[in-house]
Amino acid sequence: MKLGDLCELAARNLRESLLRNSLTTLGIAVGVASLVAMLSLGIGLQQLAMRRLERTGLFDSVMVRPRQLGGPNGGARQRFGIVTTQPEAVRPLDEDARQQIAKLPGVLEVYSPVRFNAEADLVSAGVPAAPATSGATAPSGAVPEAVPGAPRRMTAISGLPNSDSTNDAFDGMQGRFFSSQQAQEVILSNDLGQSLADDAKIQPSALIGRTLTLRFPQRQARPASAADTTQTGSQPPSGAENPTELALGFTIVPAEKQFTIIGVIVSGQPGAGPGGFEGSGAYIPLEVAQQLDPIQGSDLRDVMGEAAAAHGGKRYANLTVRTDGTSAVAAVEASIKQMGYQTFSLLDVTRNLQRVFAVFDMFLGIFGSLALAVASLGIINTLVMAILERRREIGVLKALGAADRDVRTLFFVEAAAMGFLGGALGVALGWSIGRVINAGTTFYLHRQGLPSENIWSVPWWLVLAAMGFSVLVSLAAGTYPASRAARLDPVEALRYE
Amino acid sequence: MGDALIRAADGISLEIPRGEFLAILGASGSGKSTLLNLLAGLDRPTSGAIFADGHDLAKMSGEELAHHRSHTVGMVFQAFHLLPRMTLEENVELPLRLAEVPRSERPARVGEALDRVLLGPRRGHRPSELSGGEQQRAAIARALVNRPTILLADEPTGNLDSRTGEEILRLIEEIHRPGGGAPAVTVIVVTHERALAERYADRIVTMSDGRISGEERPR
Repeated sequence: MKLGDLCELAARNLRESLLRNSLTTLGIAVGVASLVAMLSLGIGLQQLAMRRLERTGLFDSVMVRPRQLGGPNGGARQRFGIVTTQPEAVRPLDEDARQQIAKLPGVLEVYSPVRFNAEADLVSAGVPAAPATSGATAPSGAVPEAVPGAPRRMTAISGLPNSDSTNDAFDGMQGRFFSSQQAQEVILSNDLGQSLADDAKIQPSALIGRTLTLRFPQRQARPASAADTTQTGSQPPSGAENPTELALGFTIVPAEKQFTIIGVIVSGQPGAGPGGFEGSGAYIPLEVAQQLDPIQGSDLRDVMGEAAAAHGGKRYANLTVRTDGTSAVAAVEASIKQMGYQTFSLLDVTRNLQRVFAVFDMFLGIFGSLALAVASLGIINTLVMAILERRREIGVLKALGAADRDVRTLFFVEAAAMGFLGGALGVALGWSIGRVINAGTTFYLHRQGLPSENIWSVPWWLVLAAMGFSVLVSLAAGTYPASRAARLDPVEALRYE
Repeated sequence: MGDALIRAADGISLEIPRGEFLAILGASGSGKSTLLNLLAGLDRPTSGAIFADGHDLAKMSGEELAHHRSHTVGMVFQAFHLLPRMTLEENVELPLRLAEVPRSERPARVGEALDRVLLGPRRGHRPSELSGGEQQRAAIARALVNRPTILLADEPTGNLDSRTGEEILRLIEEIHRPGGGAPAVTVIVVTHERALAERYADRIVTMSDGRISGEERPR
């Protein structure tokens, strides 16, 4: 018999015992709903965790450094802890490389992270802030009046790109994120904000709008010839011309800059890429930080003999590559490695996390499937009852030319139809349960003063998989009744009253 | 149920020429229905051979027997065995579904079969809305719809009054000899009504204790 005819007969048979078949289908629906509910919870929690991790900015970033030690392309080699420098063909991490990396698919932005130490002083209330001029720094001699009696605080300052505005560290922040990358604005960490507020005997939120002075060592380029040197807007280097400084191509001068406090982080720390785990005391726009040209730890490389001037252009100690998601990290990393650079990312950490959640989902799925297993017993019961009721009908079908295969398929189609309908109903039921739990969670979080979170997710593949699984379980449950119906002796069946 | 072996049909040697109207007579339990089931391919002999159109039913697979039941024979039962949830039209269409006849051909075939048994106007009725004679005519239409070469009828008049039984056998006689040059359909009828058998059958075989105990040609 053709499948279309089998389906028509099966539909007719299912309609005949509507109540019993509906109850069986409802049993399957409850089982599927349980499965969908469990797995949706697992998937939702996994997505929540991944979302939170991705918003730290650590898991969708790749740190790039020039290949240095023991690379396959030669360069400096490390043997027994002794690094020997050799004439090498190490590709420099320069502006060309930065632009090349920025063009890779999946790359959002490429920047050189800026992190430096500075003294931070709160300017007394009532003292007008010095006019903020982009890229200009005040001579260190003209110090605005600090809060009387307040100690000078040395803290780490980090530059943040605009993409960090979505970093979850800024969730619930007092104030706002930078208005632009050129703005002379600063966001304080919780610790620094609290300390400064304590010094000024005010609440941390009252710091917003006040002026913060940062004093830091600034890197100042020196022209090749001292005679050509012109100093503008900065304090000239003191002392006689130093041959070492000339060789390095830069000198270090004290500088200071005033920023308007626009935010105080309530809790947490934004991760400024793989190099910024420790968190900083204050955050300024990345472009402003780059324009300040402060002395950073990476400048030691230059001091040790790799002066930028000697190479005829700007080189980066490392670059942070921000991708458009964790899924892009592997491909971007591979491409950058092919370009001849070292890379580092926290992708492996997310992989481990995904593995943990996969096991978690598996256990939830097993528990969710228990209800479906019970429902499958209902299918067996219903179909066995159908055999008893339709015994003579099966005999007639066989007498009219139905093969065992036709009878078996007919029962399988009926089982599959119940499984499909139960699956569809179960997915809808599971989705509804999820919505209710999500609403309950949101209500609870709001009462706790926390932002709402979506802990429930029903992806399309789960819908298809749940329905497919429901049909499979139903077919498995229908195996015994179908085989029993197929084996029925037609002569005996026709005699049955 | 038990361990005792009952030989329902034993030592039977019977040849039925194409186009013959054969009546099998016998008391209850004589083995006539068993013989009919063997000829229909519903049952298998423990030994021996049954040839239909040159093919040994005893050696056929389940699929081949199903094909034999679907295409070679049409069966009519004492209890009609129409499916009560289906209309006459749907009941008659059932063998066409099993034989995988294209849907486009089915309405005409069903209409033809129902018209032949004078039930065309009742095609939308369910079996419960029909008299016993009409139900048996519908069962005959169902048996004929696949145009079998052999019509097997197991006590077709058993549940009917004598007048209706006469009508049914007359209908079977018309099917047996369709006229208009169409080939005769082989008819094998199991009955216990000797008078009807003598009136319509070419040959009568009498069975007793699973064996053929007599044979006569009334016409």
